[in-house]
Amino acid sequence: MSALRSPYRFRPGQLLAHLVLLFLAFLFLFPFYVLLVTSVRTPQELFTPDFHWLPVEFTGLRYYIQSVTHSPVLTFMKNGVVVCAGILIVQLLTAIPCAYALAKYEFRGRDLLFATVLFCLTVPIQAPALPLYLGLNAMGALDSYFAMMAPFFLSVFAIFLFRQTFKSYPDEIIQAARLDGMSESAILWTIVVPASLPAIAAFAVFSVTAHWNDLYWPLIVVRSNELMTPPLGLAYFTDVESGENYGALMATAAILTAPLMLGFLMAQRHFIRGITTMGLK
Amino acid sequence: MADIVLTEAPAAARPRRLGAVLPVRVAYAMAAPAVALMVLTVLAPLAVMLAMSFTGYRFGEDAVPFVGLDNYLQLLNDRTFRRALFNTFAYVAMVVPGSVILGLLLAVLIDGLNHGSRVYRLVFFLPVTATVVAMAMVWKYLLHGTIGPFNLLLVALGLPAIDVFGDRSLALAGLAVINIWSLAGFNMVLFSAGLTAVPQDLYDAAAIDGMDDKLDRFFSVTLPLLGPTMMFVLVTSTITAFKVFDTVAVITRGGPRGASDVLLYTTYLEGFSYFRMGSAAAMTTVFLAIMLVFAWVQARVLDRRVHY
Repeated sequence: MSALRSPYRFRPGQLLAHLVLLFLAFLFLFPFYVLLVTSVRTPQELFTPDFHWLPVEFTGLRYYIQSVTHSPVLTFMKNGVVVCAGILIVQLLTAIPCAYALAKYEFRGRDLLFATVLFCLTVPIQAPALPLYLGLNAMGALDSYFAMMAPFFLSVFAIFLFRQTFKSYPDEIIQAARLDGMSESAILWTIVVPASLPAIAAFAVFSVTAHWNDLYWPLIVVRSNELMTPPLGLAYFTDVESGENYGALMATAAILTAPLMLGFLMAQRHFIRGITTMGLK
Repeated sequence: MADIVLTEAPAAARPRRLGAVLPVRVAYAMAAPAVALMVLTVLAPLAVMLAMSFTGYRFGEDAVPFVGLDNYLQLLNDRTFRRALFNTFAYVAMVVPGSVILGLLLAVLIDGLNHGSRVYRLVFFLPVTATVVAMAMVWKYLLHGTIGPFNLLLVALGLPAIDVFGDRSLALAGLAVINIWSLAGFNMVLFSAGLTAVPQDLYDAAAIDGMDDKLDRFFSVTLPLLGPTMMFVLVTSTITAFKVFDTVAVITRGGPRGASDVLLYTTYLEGFSYFRMGSAAAMTTVFLAIMLVFAWVQARVLDRRVHY
């Protein structure tokens, strides 16, 4: 078996595996290729009946510049950043202490609280959507940043994840800090939280990816163009431009997807870990 | 467990956590904001949603007429709803096998490589991170009936062009392909983690037993040991596929003529386009009930995985 595992012996199995994987990689990457190549092509070229791998007339950054200057793409991105940051900050501020209480304290109702957290884990946003909409409408808060963020302020998933992490934090260190006279919340925020940064980073990746890409909720509560997030803005943009200019559309799509893709390429491990924790959800 | 350290402390005053006598309000104060949000954003809205499903409430009207089970009974005979439910299950039936088998194939092929596994993982995971709406635009153009590159290829090969999203029998399958593309890399990562847990000794033992064929080894060693991972991937893929919304909203809008209407999209239209809140609430309840069944299965699976 060890002979079979030798990395330098030529094996037909390896070659076959590479051939299959290369073919699949081509198929998987093809949509990204189409996205990029279409964003540097003229519309006329798209309506000719033959396919060219490279643009006959290379438009360079024309559509990218057009997209940035003639469409609210930068506004969409700003909204995406504001909404994702607002959601993440409140999620961390509320989930961390709750998870810590569940992990390290004994109090009446703790088991009930944890059971409720587990139940809420299975409830997707679409379930409470109608009453949340009616409630926000009654408050006169529809079509605002608050309306876009509020339903996600609590992440039961963060509570679940952080509880696991905090549980494995040694009690002895917490006790030593107590003997030094530190308050409970000082212990949490200055000792336990810094030691749990990998889990917090993984959750942050998960949360930002989920809300940067979310179409459902912004579609329901946002009406004005100035508040649209990247997916909503893009969906709206296609409708208005009616798809005649695919080059400009693809350039816009590329710009709005770029932040997450670049983040992924730069921090692959964190991304894969963060996003696959979703599997637990 | 903490009690062991301080056994000499008098029983009555024995602290629960390594000597700290904590006022209960510290714990409550820490949990309070999250609990308040849980009630406001999940529990109370769910209760209101359930209550609303027994009314004929329409958004913008003052009257909230109680109609009992009427909304639910109407759903039974509502052709649009039944079609949406059927389409959703048909969609799940395409996406789950597609993305699970492809994910497993990728994981197994990459696991056996001597070189290049990192690059392949990167490539196949790329669609998972891409913004669905942006890539939906690309797929819409890619499969466009006349100018899409896919059709240019078919025509170049002398085959008839296919308008995937304009064809009633193909639209749903077209959407399923997009989801398989975006989910396979995710499943690949989960399977890869499962594969690293399969001990090399077992393959050695299988080889000694004369099991030379790779496929034999795959089906008699790898696959059975991946069982728990497999169950987990099946359930999470099912939940993901069941919640399909973005691609439907952006590409087909449920068309052509309802051929790609799915549960969440129909519910969305009922509630937020036609503002029939009562019947939308009943649809949501059905959706939530199905999700809870999946979650129950998932909990059972997770439980089994721990004890495996």
